[in-house]
Amino acid sequence: MSALLEVKDLTVDYPGKGFRAQPFRVLKNVSIDIREGECVGLVGESGSGKTTLGRAVLGLAPVTGGSVKYKAKEIGHASREERRQLASEIQVVFQDPYTSLNPSMTIEDILTEPLRVRNVSAADARKRVLDLLDAVNLPQGAADRLPREFSGGQRQRIAIARALALDPQLIVCDEPVSALDLSTQARVLELFKGIQERTGVAYLFISHDLDVIRYLSHRVAVMYHGEIVEWGPGSKVTLTPEHPYTQRLLLAAPVPNPGLQAKRREQRRRLIAEQASLGLDMAV
Amino acid sequence: MSINTNALPDPVEEATDSLEPRDVPDPAVAIALAPPIPKINLFKRLLKNPMGLFAMSLLAIIVLTAVLAPLLAPADPNLASLQNVRVDPGTKGFLLGTDGAGRDVWARLLTAGRFSLAGALLAVVVAAAIGIVGGLIAGYYGGWFDNLSSWVVSLIMALPGIVILLAARAVVGPGLWTSMAIFGVLLSPAFFRLTYTAVSGVRNELYVDAARVAGLSDASIIGKHILTVVRAPVIIQSAQVFSIAVAIQSGLDFLGLGDLAIPTWGGMLNDGFQNIYLKAILILWPSLAIGLTAIGSVLLANAMRDELERSGQPVKRRAKKGETGIEREEIITHPEPITGKELGEVLLVVDNVSIGYHQSDGSIKHVVDDVNLTVRRGEVHGLIGESGSGKTQTAFSVMQLLPQGGEVTGGSITFEGEQIAQATEAQMMKLRGTKIAYIPQEPMSNLDPSFTIGSQLTEPIMLGQKLSKAEAKAKAIALLTRVGIPNPERTYAAYPHQVSGGMAQRVLIAGAVSMEPDLLIADEPTTALDVTVQAEVLDLLRELQAEYNMGMILVTHNFGVVADLCDRVSVMRNGRIVETGNAASIFADPRHEYTRMLFDAILDETSVREDYTRTASGAVAEGSQK
Repeated sequence: MSALLEVKDLTVDYPGKGFRAQPFRVLKNVSIDIREGECVGLVGESGSGKTTLGRAVLGLAPVTGGSVKYKAKEIGHASREERRQLASEIQVVFQDPYTSLNPSMTIEDILTEPLRVRNVSAADARKRVLDLLDAVNLPQGAADRLPREFSGGQRQRIAIARALALDPQLIVCDEPVSALDLSTQARVLELFKGIQERTGVAYLFISHDLDVIRYLSHRVAVMYHGEIVEWGPGSKVTLTPEHPYTQRLLLAAPVPNPGLQAKRREQRRRLIAEQASLGLDMAV
Repeated sequence: MSINTNALPDPVEEATDSLEPRDVPDPAVAIALAPPIPKINLFKRLLKNPMGLFAMSLLAIIVLTAVLAPLLAPADPNLASLQNVRVDPGTKGFLLGTDGAGRDVWARLLTAGRFSLAGALLAVVVAAAIGIVGGLIAGYYGGWFDNLSSWVVSLIMALPGIVILLAARAVVGPGLWTSMAIFGVLLSPAFFRLTYTAVSGVRNELYVDAARVAGLSDASIIGKHILTVVRAPVIIQSAQVFSIAVAIQSGLDFLGLGDLAIPTWGGMLNDGFQNIYLKAILILWPSLAIGLTAIGSVLLANAMRDELERSGQPVKRRAKKGETGIEREEIITHPEPITGKELGEVLLVVDNVSIGYHQSDGSIKHVVDDVNLTVRRGEVHGLIGESGSGKTQTAFSVMQLLPQGGEVTGGSITFEGEQIAQATEAQMMKLRGTKIAYIPQEPMSNLDPSFTIGSQLTEPIMLGQKLSKAEAKAKAIALLTRVGIPNPERTYAAYPHQVSGGMAQRVLIAGAVSMEPDLLIADEPTTALDVTVQAEVLDLLRELQAEYNMGMILVTHNFGVVADLCDRVSVMRNGRIVETGNAASIFADPRHEYTRMLFDAILDETSVREDYTRTASGAVAEGSQK
């Protein structure tokens, strides 16, 4: 079975600041693929290029080299018109629930925006809004409210509903739960999982949190300094990683158990010493 | 541990509301909404604002009289009558008298309003059309148009307006409409700058990205998302520009540069000035008209700005005291474990402390209620809770660094045997930095970007320990080495933007321990850091805490951080501690339902996604489940 999305040797450069400045290479020969209904996790630290990869798939970052293929069709340099066609296939949920919704539009306007572009009638759009609110477990009374009347978790549900409005095949989720409280995060993750099981939508799920990635991802790519350093099945990469960086990432996250955490601290110290002796000391 | 969503009563999203979700698949997961916030439009709010009402009434009267001038004017405004030159106001048939040519002043004033106002309006429309369109294109697309238009705008702003208008008159002859149109071009930078700033600010907002991904064309993105941001400031700007245009237009006519065939306020001013020794009152009427119009539009602009700024305030959503539903709940306290470890002296006792914020209506809103906290020397006390739980407020109250309007409204804070809840600023200055030190959440915003790291580190050392500059520098470099900065000399000379976030946090930790404090207050010290850096900073904090035998309050939302560092934990919710005690005991046996709920929400290594499988029908099946 061919992949839904195939990214091959993708390179992204951002122009440097100032006259004749060298462009800044954010992604170096990145290759991943996503199958239908699959969740691919992308984990890495700030500046590793994981957000840029998501934006390149969405057409929001410049593709310098390599290819991005959706359903075997090249979309790396898609025109505005082609992008408009793709909007019903590839959607997005952003990190910040406070700036990803226009503060002056009602929830109904936000949710119908992608529909009205496609000449859906007002009555059908309204009905669709109610279905979408149901899908993310918000009451239908939410439709006439403004974003500021909602909490962070509720706003993120609205952003998910907007992404679902056109029944996309793939949703790029850029750190969608990192601004949320622990308990809210758990509920939103549960929602993501439920929607995937029900609709068969695929996710490119970007997060810095290995625990979040592990919970949701079938396969996981680990990014470091603009490259993918490890790529494989979720349970393998997030529990028994092979790459030294992933190993350090795994042991760096503290576990909520004082006894286990003391052991993990010890493990981490040993690992770093081991890696240093092998000459793998990575600048952090 | 797995996520058990159904059992989670969400404290943030839980609110009372009569809205019933329609056809909800699982009632326990459905989320109630907060009560709706009433929406009032700007016009209605302006009517309620006394200044706005006054300004709008004034402008409405002026505009109405100008519009209805042909009906109201008793005579032809241009009809000169040599028998009636400079007749006194109130003379029969001439309400405001006549001017130097015997024309009826009242009729001229009314008719002049039509031309003066229309001329000013033309200038505003031209300025707004050029400025807004240019600002939109330059701000939204950037690129060469951005550079070119900024250049042109700077050029226009550098041009002397009156000189250009005089030159234009010399070339194209006198004309009210041409001169006002040219003046509109000269005023367009005001709109350009405003639009440009607003648009470039909003262009990179995530909701604009989302609209792009949704397939909206640029035109509809600009119409829906960008213009709404520009609308309000443009209206305000228009009112201000309008008053300027009325004044300039009158000025031109006063100088005699206008079209003499058209009655204008400026032209009347000119006539009045020529007759100032014969009939001084003639100058009053046009001055009044110009003045009132300018006052009306400026006041309207101010009133609109006031009203818009008022709506910009964040909507307060926190439940008031007594409505939290957890009032006066028993705090679950875990007994002290019997250990051989000797307990250190008591450093800090926070006893029944409440924190409140003064509201604009005079009331006090409580954010922390009856919090008790004890920190001993050499002990790390973790304060854990979700956002809005009051954990940071509690920590700040110890240092008396609550934000504006906040104060400790009850209870006592004792530090090393001294009562400090009501201490003066001078007393606190002595404690802060020397005995009580602080590590913030955002390292970058806590370093001054215009000074080197070295100077920010040595200054408190020199002041507090009375060391010479050289000694202080030696000490600062020793500290930077101690906190694990690889090249301390270079970091010492660097500016904050030249180091990474992790390094900046190490610098702040070095600064915090430089005076060997007894108590260290760390507010989410690792939240802004990457996870590998977090692990290193936690290691550093643990080592320093042991080395200096400090007491420490660690504010965090991460149970992993608590497990890593804390001896004692207090779990906070809605401004109260719900469970407190020895860390090991709470982790082993969380008793409060809220603590248990938080534990249940933690993802750990047992929460792994099932393998990807795909059935022939196209639906996704989840591994062993189906």
